[in-house]
Amino acid sequence: MALPKYTEPHYRIWHYFYLTICTFVFFFLIAPLFVIFPLSFNAEEFLVFSDGMKRLDPDAFSLRWYQDMVYGTKNPWGLAAKNSFIIAIFATLGSVLLGTVAALGLSSRHMPYKGIIMATLISPMIVPLIISGVAIFFFMAKVGLAATHTGIILAHIVLGTPFVVITVTATLSGFDHSVTRAASSLGSDPVNTFMKITLPLILPGVISGGLFAFVTSFDEVVVVLFLAGLDNTTIPIQMWTGLREQLSPTILAVATCLIVLSTLILVTAELLRRRSERIRGINR
Amino acid sequence: MSSETNKILTTDGIPLEESLKKAEKKNKIKAFLLVAPLLLFLIITYVFPIGDMLFRSVDDRMVTNMLPKTFKAMEKWDGKELPDEKVFEAFYFDYKKLVEEKTFGKLATQLNYEKNGFKSILKKLKRKMKKFEEGNYKEQIMGVHKRWANVEYWRALKRRTPAYTYSKYLKGVDMYENEDGKIVQVPEDRRVHKILWVRTIEVAFFVTVLCFLMAYPIAHLLATLPMKYSNLLMICVLLPFWTSLLVRTASWMILLQQQGIVNDFFVWIGLVSDDNRPEMMYNKTGTYVAMTQILLPFMVLPLYSVMKTISPSLMRAGKSLGGTPFVAFWKVYFPLTIPGIGAGCLLVFILAIGYYITPALVGGASGTLISNQIAYHMKSTLDWSFASAMGLMLLTGVLVIYWIYNKLVGVDNIKLG
Repeated sequence: MALPKYTEPHYRIWHYFYLTICTFVFFFLIAPLFVIFPLSFNAEEFLVFSDGMKRLDPDAFSLRWYQDMVYGTKNPWGLAAKNSFIIAIFATLGSVLLGTVAALGLSSRHMPYKGIIMATLISPMIVPLIISGVAIFFFMAKVGLAATHTGIILAHIVLGTPFVVITVTATLSGFDHSVTRAASSLGSDPVNTFMKITLPLILPGVISGGLFAFVTSFDEVVVVLFLAGLDNTTIPIQMWTGLREQLSPTILAVATCLIVLSTLILVTAELLRRRSERIRGINR
Repeated sequence: MSSETNKILTTDGIPLEESLKKAEKKNKIKAFLLVAPLLLFLIITYVFPIGDMLFRSVDDRMVTNMLPKTFKAMEKWDGKELPDEKVFEAFYFDYKKLVEEKTFGKLATQLNYEKNGFKSILKKLKRKMKKFEEGNYKEQIMGVHKRWANVEYWRALKRRTPAYTYSKYLKGVDMYENEDGKIVQVPEDRRVHKILWVRTIEVAFFVTVLCFLMAYPIAHLLATLPMKYSNLLMICVLLPFWTSLLVRTASWMILLQQQGIVNDFFVWIGLVSDDNRPEMMYNKTGTYVAMTQILLPFMVLPLYSVMKTISPSLMRAGKSLGGTPFVAFWKVYFPLTIPGIGAGCLLVFILAIGYYITPALVGGASGTLISNQIAYHMKSTLDWSFASAMGLMLLTGVLVIYWIYNKLVGVDNIKLG
C-alpha cells in the first residue's frame, strides 16, 4: 500500500503507525505456533531454548521426542491416534449426511418455520461446550452409550452438523435452481438429479463442511472428557492430561504433527473455497 | 357475473389456485422431510437432554422418597423446637431401611450438601443403631451425637421435604433459604459463585474488546490490500483458526512460563530484573492473553467479510468532498462496518463466556471461569444437580445473546473461513 506523493507528514506517520500495529497483531496471531516447532526438536527435557539451540549446535537438536511419541513404552499416543481418527471419520460421515440433506431442505423457499429450525440446528455451535458435554453425558449414560465409541461419535455428529449446515446452505444460496428443473423436465427422477446435478455443484461446500466437522471432532476435548472411558482416549484427551500434569516435549512433537495436519486441512479448505466460488461464478 | 366461470382451470379441471396451493403444500412437506432426520436426531440427542438437565436441577425426589415416613411425621412440626418422638421414630425406621438396603450413603451425601456435618452424624448413628432398644427413639438418637439434639439439623432435613426445589439455583448466586423461609445471601466469606459470575462476564467483555481493537486494523488491511498479498496474510488468520485449541494453549504455556520467551524478552529489554520475573501464567493475565489470541480469528473473519463489500470509492468521495481522511473514515467507513462489528463482538462474547479448556490450563485459581466450576461439580463433588443448575443459568445468558445475534445478524449469515 504505497502512499501517494502528496500525503501530508502526519498522515504518513499515522499510516506507518497503522502498519506497525497490523504487523504486531499478525505476529501475535501466528508466532505462538512457531515456538513449538524448534522446541519439539530439543535434545533436552526442558521446554526452554537451551544454550546449544541458541548457537544452532546440531547436537542440541534431536528427534528423540518423535521417537518417544511413536515407539515409547506404555505409550498412549498410538491408541489415541487410532481412536481419534475412527471417531472423527465416522462423525464426519454422519454430520455430512445429516447436514447436507437438512441444508437442501433449509434452502428451499417452501421451508416452513425456517428461522426457528435453523436456530435450533445451529445451536450446538453456540451453546458452551461444557453445557453440551453435561447434557450429552446424562443422555448417553441413560441409554448406556457412555464410554463407547458410538456414544462419542453421536455426540460429535451433534457438534459437527452446524458447520455442514452453514457451509452447504451458503453454497446453495448461489445455486441456480433452473438446472435441477431442467433435469426434471428431461425426465430425471429426484435422486438421480441430486446425484448427477446438484451434488457435483455443491460438492466443494459439502467437503469444506466435512472438513470443519472433522476438525471439530478431531480437536474436541470437553465432551469427550465426560464421555470417554480408558479405551476411548483420544489425542486431545492425552494432550489435555499431559498439559495438566506435566508439559513434556513429547506433547510438543504431537503438537507439531497436529500443526502440519491443520496446515494441510487449511490448504484443502482454501482450494475448495476458491473452486466453489469459481463454480458459482463469484468473481472477486 | 359469477366469478366461478372466470376461474382459470388446469388441464385436470381443478381451479389453478387450488392446484397451486396443493403443489405448495407438497413442496413444504418435501422440504420439511429433508430437514426432519437431523431435527429429530438433534431433538433426541441434544434438545431433550438439555431439558433433562433442567429437570435434574430442580429434582429432589430422591431424598423425599428415601424418608417417606419422616416427612409425613414432620408435616405437623412447626420447626421451632425439636420435633417430637413421632418424627424421631419415623426417622429411625426410614433410616434403618436405608441401612439395610445399603443406600444410606446417598442420603448422607445429599444431606451434607444441605448442612455440613450431616454425613458424620449419620454414619455414627448407623453404627450405634444396632444396639437400639425399642421405644423412646428421641432419647436414643440424641444420645448418639449432640448434633442430633440441635434443631438446625432437623430444620435442614425438613427443607428437603418438597419433591422439587430451586435451592440449587439460589446456591448458584450465593443465596439460600434460611430457617424462616426467607431468601438471604450466604456469609460474605463464602460468596464464591458471585465472584465467578462477575469474573466470567468481565473476562468475556475485555477479551471481546481486546479482540475488536486488534482485529479491526488487520481486517481493514486484509480488505484493502491487493489480492495476492491479502491471501498470504489471510493464512496468518486462518492457520490459528484451523489449529487445535490444545496446541495453541500449549504454545502459550511455553511462552508465558517464568523461564519462557516472553519473560526472557522482558528481561532482555530491561523491563524486569532476571531474579524478579513476573508470573504470567496460572492467573488472569494468562487467561486474557491466550483467550484473546485464540478468539481473534472469530472477530477478524466477520469484520473482513463486511469490509470487503465496502467500495473504496466511498472513502475517496468522502475525502474529495472536503473531509480529512479521519473524518472520512469516521463518518463514512466506520458506520458501514457496524454490522461486522456487531457480528464479531457477539460471536466472540458468546464463545468467551463459556470457555473451559484454556482457563483450566493457564488460568490457575484466579483465572478460572464459571465453566470450570461446572466441570468441578460434575467431576469432583458429583453434585450433578448443582452443575446442571449452573449450566442452565449460563445457558440462559448465552441464549439471550444468541437471540440478539439472530435478530441483528441472522444465523444464516454466519460465515466460516
